[in-house]
This record gives sequence, structure tokens and C-alpha cells, in this order.
Amino acid sequence: MTMLGWAQIAVFCACIIGITRPLGGYLTRLATGERLLLSPLIGPLERGIYRLAGIRITDEQGWVGYASAMLVFKTLGFLAAYAILRLQAGLPLNPMGQTALTPDLAYNTAISFLTNTNWQSYGGETTMSNTSQMVALTVQNFMSAAAGIAIAMAFVRGITRRSAATLGNFWVDLTRITLYALLPICVIFALVLVWQGVPQTLGAYIDLTTLEGAHQTLAIGPVASQEAIKMLGTNGGGFFNANSAHPFENPTALVDYLQMLSIFALGAALTNMFGRMVGNERQGWAIFAAMGLLFLAGVSVLYASEAQANPILTALGMDGSLGNMEGKEIRFGIVQSALFSAITTAASCGAVNSMLESFLPLGGLVPMVNIMLGEIIFGGVGSGLYGFLLFAIIAVFVAGLMVGRTPEYLGKKIEAREVKLTMLAILSLPLVMLGFTAIAVVLDAGTSALSASGPHGFSEALYAYVSAAGNNGSAFAGLSANTPFWNTTLGIGMMIGRFFVIIPALAIASAMAAKKTVPPSSGTFPTDGPMFVALVLGVILIVGGLTFFPALALGPIVEHFALAAGTLY
Amino acid sequence: MRSHLRPAVVVLVVMTALTGIAYPLALTGLAGLLFPDQAAGSLLHRNGQVVGSALIGQSFTAARYFHPRPSATTATDPNDASKTVPAPYKADNSSGSNLGPTAKALADRVRDDIAHLRAENPDAHPPGDRLPADLLTTSASGLDPHISPAAAAFQIPRVAKAWHLADDAVAALVAAHTEEPLLGLLGERRVNVLTLNLALDAAAK
Repeated sequence: MTMLGWAQIAVFCACIIGITRPLGGYLTRLATGERLLLSPLIGPLERGIYRLAGIRITDEQGWVGYASAMLVFKTLGFLAAYAILRLQAGLPLNPMGQTALTPDLAYNTAISFLTNTNWQSYGGETTMSNTSQMVALTVQNFMSAAAGIAIAMAFVRGITRRSAATLGNFWVDLTRITLYALLPICVIFALVLVWQGVPQTLGAYIDLTTLEGAHQTLAIGPVASQEAIKMLGTNGGGFFNANSAHPFENPTALVDYLQMLSIFALGAALTNMFGRMVGNERQGWAIFAAMGLLFLAGVSVLYASEAQANPILTALGMDGSLGNMEGKEIRFGIVQSALFSAITTAASCGAVNSMLESFLPLGGLVPMVNIMLGEIIFGGVGSGLYGFLLFAIIAVFVAGLMVGRTPEYLGKKIEAREVKLTMLAILSLPLVMLGFTAIAVVLDAGTSALSASGPHGFSEALYAYVSAAGNNGSAFAGLSANTPFWNTTLGIGMMIGRFFVIIPALAIASAMAAKKTVPPSSGTFPTDGPMFVALVLGVILIVGGLTFFPALALGPIVEHFALAAGTLY
Repeated sequence: MRSHLRPAVVVLVVMTALTGIAYPLALTGLAGLLFPDQAAGSLLHRNGQVVGSALIGQSFTAARYFHPRPSATTATDPNDASKTVPAPYKADNSSGSNLGPTAKALADRVRDDIAHLRAENPDAHPPGDRLPADLLTTSASGLDPHISPAAAAFQIPRVAKAWHLADDAVAALVAAHTEEPLLGLLGERRVNVLTLNLALDAAAK
């Protein structure tokens, strides 16, 4: 660890704090339907879409309407993406003649992108045509991000409204988020990426002769346009197999830094939007503080772990001063690799600039824990905020139990229905993560895909289902996941992980919207101060710890001791 | 449900046209106009021929060139399509080794590479007689264009001998090709192997 390394982390944190308020204000105006800077330019297009689609802005939906609109849209999106992936051989913009995906891979990939997971059972440059990258994958990158933010906006409206029956209009939210936030930011971001060296072309791969006379083929394509939304929308699906470690996706330390900032930008800003919409920005900052503390803890452990060299390799005569460089790029070094990995798993991004499977055991544990906690550390765009608010509900419920008072959050009484729905959302994730892992490690169809043996092999399987259900998409990538068993089970995991949180969340929002607001009294537990931050952190860590510690003990923790003892597998 | 069908179809079609077709095509046009070199892959030319990309590493094994980091990229085995064979710096199949820290295959590989590096560089005297870590570890992409300054310094005696140059002359070339962190803060000190080797070729002429 170096001072310069910590300085890079500190500057990152300062940048995120700086972005949060201005972008939060913008998102608030977007959510409340106000005029925006770009309205004169985009307004006609927006109204044209509503006219064509028969959408009336004033027609708001209740939670059933909002959720079913989303589900219909997701189903159509799935069918379109699946069809393109299956038919890509015959579609245009396929200069490398890529063949059709198998049914299980096309299903897995379509689910993966529409749930904002971006798990990739395939290698991008060896599998996808440009049409598939652009029309199937980039579109779902935008739509899944917009849908996530839309759900968060509906959830916050539910908390702020009184005796109301509706949460907003899904189509309006989706359209406004895409047109006014995601697209304009991506256009600028993508141009910066190209300036720094990210390719953007529709041509064929480039054949060349190297200095030593060997043949090399450079895979290339419309990378920058996909890269921008991949990061901003916390999607994480790489154009190339090596994802953001590939020099064409992430050519410089500056691009790497901007990618990290873009992963957290919207998630952090949404906490501020929440504060503004509930009428007290401190409520948002309390959430920001809780998320920030968890993030700092994770990144510190990760950095400290990866700054160490692998003791087995130093014993062979390797210099240890660079740290654990297996699976890392020189231009990022240890600190940007550790920071990126903490960010991408805290948010549900899943892009990687270094190979998590090659991290030291405790370095690999942090990304796993980040996802297991529910990806509520800023989290996926939208999903991070509503996921965190579910824990906030549990926290005030626990606080209420402790003093024997009906719990309330932001003036809304928290009753049995809300707590039950919250538990359904929170418990469905570990059920999928641990249940599928248990099945995979006892079936030949599961274990035959593992690249590692011993505790690391278990970690590989566990990470896959944790990543899928958490909608993260990163991997211990030695796993050969492109088999019918893994594609199918991971696909199911991704769907449960997405919709078993979203649907209860909308139901809770609706129940909250219907309630009257109770004026705060001397017995009200304040949710904008350090006591609340500590309590909600306690709830998150206890729920996560009790659920996952046994599994972690079998994987990375055992491996940590095995490494210290010099055991090889 | 049926009332959702029309908005769902229209929104999906319009958004596909916007974000999946208009956005990437417009960017391709803009990028080609504003940054044509970068948009095309930052290609390096010599005598009118493309010899590589400034961003993508390539394999070097000759004594006269600086060598890059080991690469874990693979190609399909020509004899058995279900298997793969090592193919370092295969730039249309990026990949890391994905070997875990306790993998026997990792320790075996590093042990072999240490013996190999010592045999190749008999005149190298790294600090503490320990070999630079980046020459023993594969990168995340398998295409890392850079090595650390220490890894370059380690190879200077071998390269200088092959060109019949003084160590200092090669060291000066390495120093000129050493890139610093942005603003002294972001990123690491590093040496681009391909551009350094191109400079060696040019200096020798």
C-alpha cells in the first residue's frame, strides 16, 4: 500500500461526493416531471413517443399496473434479444461471420442483459456480431438501467405520497430516464472514451504482421458506444471477453477512473434524489453515509489484500513489491484494480478490470461479500436505492421492537404487510445463491465446469450464483459456464434475483403510498442521523453475516489459511 | 395486460431505433470525424504496413527485443476443436489465466518461468536477486501492452548485448519510453513494449 494509492481512493470518494448533489437535483426534476435543460431539444421526441404509443402522462398506475407494464416490456425485450442472438448469422453487420448462439446461451444472455446482470457465458469478440452487440445488448443495457431507475422513482413516490393509489407511469419514467439522463450522458462519455483510444468502428477485425513476423488479429468494433452505457447503467457486460481489462475497452488510467466514477454516479445521485423527494436532504445523506462506510471498509480490505504478493510465488524467487499481479494490468496496478473491483461489486455493475478469480483469498472475498449484502452499497442504478430502503424498513422495525412502539419511516407506519414483503425480497436472494450452489457442487453437471479444485473450486461455484442472483455479472471466470446446466440455472437465478425484489418492492411502495402521514413526535426514531446509520449497518451486516458466513468459511476463508500454509490444489 | 401491449411495442421499437441503431451509428460517424486514429484502433504503421496497435501487446521472443508479460490467451487446438492450446497475445480472444492463488498450475508455471528468465538473462542482476513480478504473472486481458520499469531494467543487459549497444544507451531509450502516472496521481509507471521495440529497430538503422 502506498500514500499515492490511498490518494487515488480519496480523490475518487471526493469526486463521488461532488457529483451526488447536482446529479441528484437533476434526477429529482426528471422524476417529478419538471422541465429540464434539454426539454426544448428532446421534448418533441418525447411527446411523439407518447402519441405513437397512446400514453397519457396523467394516466398513473398503481403497483399492479406499474409492475405488469414492466413485465410485459421485459417479456417483449427478451423475445427481441433472443431472436437477434439466434438469428445473428443472417443479420447485417456481421463482418466476422459469427454463427448463431445455442438456445441455452441465447436464453441466458437475453435474461442476463434484461435483468441488468450482464453475466456472460460467452466471450464477446468470439461470439457476437456487431448487430447483436448494438441492437440486442446495447438496447437492453439502456432499458434495464432505465427500468431500474424507474422502479426506484416509483418506490420513492410511494413513500412520499399520502393516501394515494398510484406510483407513477412506467412508460413515462422509462422514456424520460432514457432520453434525458442516459442517452445524453452516454454520447459525451463515449466521445471521451474514443478520444482516449476506445475504438468505434463497424469494420472487420484487423489482420497484421507483428515485428517478429507473426500473425495477429485485432478484434475491434463499435466498442465506445456500448462501453459508455455498460458503465453508467451498471450493466457491466463487456464488448470483449476480458471486459474492462481489455485495452480497447479501458485503454488508460484516466478512462479507468472515469469508468469507476460512472458506475457510482447515478447510484449515489439517487440517494440525494430520495432526500429531496422526501423533503429532507439529510435523509439522503444518511443513506449515502451508510453506503459510503460499507464501501470504505470493503475497498480497504481489498487494497490491503492485493497489495501483498502471493507468498507461494515469492518463496519461488518472485519480487513481491508490485503486489499480487496475476490477472491484473500494469497500467492500473494494484490500487485501481482493487478500487474498481470494490466498486463494480458494491454497485451491481459486474464489469472487471482485473480477474477476480486470481485475487488472493481475502481479496476475492470482498467482491463476494459486497454482492451478498444485497448490492446496496450505492448499488445498481435504482436497484441499489430500493434495495437499501428495504433494509431501512427492517432497521426501523427492529428499532420499534426494541422500544415497544409501532415503527415508522418518514411518517409512514410500518406494519405486518410491509415487513413480510420486505423479508420476501431480502430472503429470496440467499435462497437462490446458496440453494443453487449446493445443487451445483454435488452434481457432475455442476462440478465438471469448475476450473479449480479445493476451496477455490467451491468459491467459483458460489460466486457464480451470488453474482447471478445479485444481478452483478462479474465472475470467478475460470468457470466454463456455457453449458446447458449452468446457463439454465444461472438464468433462473438472475430472474428470481431481479423480479422477486422488484415486485415486493412495488407492493410495499403501494402500501406506503396508501397510508396517511403521522406527524413526528418525541417518540419518533430519527432516520437522518448517525444512530440510524449505525442501526441500518448493523441490520445489513447481521442479515448478511448470519446467512453467508458458513458458505464463505468453506470457500475463501479456508483458502486463506491454506495459502498461508502453502497448500496447493 | 393487453392495454400494455401497444406502449410496450412502440417504446421497444423506438428505443431500439434510438439506442441500438441511431446512437452507435451517430457515434461511429462522430468518432471517425473527431478522432479517426483512435476510432480505428490506434494502429501503428511502418513502411506503410500496419505493425500493431499502440494499445495492444504482442508476443516477442527474440533476444534483441524487450519481452512482454506472459499471456494466458489461447487458440482452438488445430487437432481437436474441443481443446485449446496456448497462443500468447491472441488479440481476438482476450482472456486471463483465471488461476486462483492456491492453484498448483500457477506455482508450476511461475517456477518454470523463473528458470527460463534466468537462463535468458544471465547478465541481469535484479535487486535482491528477485525477478520482477510482472514478468511472472499473466495480465487480466492477456493483451497487456505494458511492463513495469523494473521489468524493462531487468532485460536491458540482454537486449543491449543482442544489438551490440552499451547498456546505458538502451537504458536511455527505456527512460524515454517510460510513461508516468497522469498528473502524478492516476495509474502506474509503465513502459509500452511495442513502441519501445519499434524505437529499438529505428535506432539500429
